[in-house]
Amino acid sequence: MILMREVQMDLISGEKLEKMTSMEKVRLILDKVKAGKIVVLESGLTPDEEVRLIEMTMTEIRVDEFSGIEIESYPSRKEGSFLDKLLGKALKGRMTVIGPANQIRTIEKDKYQIITKVSVGD
Amino acid sequence: MGFMSGFKESLGAWIKKIFKKKRAKIGIYGPPNAGKTTLANRILHDWNEGDSFGQVSSIPHETRRAMRKEGVKINANGSSIELDIVDTPGMATKIDFKEFMAHGLPEAEAKKRAKEATEGVIEAIKWLDDLDGVLLVMDSTEDPYTQVNVVVIGNMEARKLPLLIVANKMDLPNASPARIKAAFPQHAMVPISALDGSNIDELYQAIATHFG
Repeated sequence: MILMREVQMDLISGEKLEKMTSMEKVRLILDKVKAGKIVVLESGLTPDEEVRLIEMTMTEIRVDEFSGIEIESYPSRKEGSFLDKLLGKALKGRMTVIGPANQIRTIEKDKYQIITKVSVGD
Repeated sequence: MGFMSGFKESLGAWIKKIFKKKRAKIGIYGPPNAGKTTLANRILHDWNEGDSFGQVSSIPHETRRAMRKEGVKINANGSSIELDIVDTPGMATKIDFKEFMAHGLPEAEAKKRAKEATEGVIEAIKWLDDLDGVLLVMDSTEDPYTQVNVVVIGNMEARKLPLLIVANKMDLPNASPARIKAAFPQHAMVPISALDGSNIDELYQAIATHFG
């Protein structure tokens, strides 16, 4: 009999993310990743949210428990109306994959694709 | 970001562009082992009478506290600019003490270094709110599409602050500054070797142009 190990992957829609505050997004992501899940965000995070996620990750790193996250996204894209650009709100996050640092590994990444490998552990 | 704060930020960026400053607070950012402190030491050596920021090492996260030097005067392109330079700890999304043990550190020291490194990353992030521009140092022998690079560039673009990419380690045979340029074509890039000083005058000219 072949033993199959599983990894849960949560794909979160842009619609759900739009309704959440930055702190709610960061907390949701970290809780899932610390539970060993892989999270894919349809519309990604803003640059400021990404940096807050890294900051919060650093505060939660624990020896032999949690060594951090692997996060991969494409560079932000400028979109939006003239008013958005005027207000500096035109940078839009793009699809992002986040997982536990000891489980997810980026194989290749460029402007157009992200190739990752997920290990299912022992 | 509210309407007024967004408007104020944009207005501030425009005013800065119109009334170019001759003094700027510049952060040196990048992933661990990209050569940030080597570059910071090179700048101080060239313009601050041989002063230095700190020691460098092949073990990642050697710099775990941000350090600032004020009033470093750089002359290039016939003009001068005074910089407050902040050498920041390497940015990372993961820190595992076992990585330091693989570099030969004993377990207790590796764990201490890991703890300090997490604090260093937080410190580097906090400094982003208090800078006029960034020198983003990349190791030109490595893949430039790291999340640290993407995050730093995204944050500088969102803040509308100047950014200059430094493609370091061009003295190494497998260096490819062209790969960095292709990854981030919207930003100015200068290939250098902070270690042997190759092309460093071109960097000083770019600093004067970008941050002056």
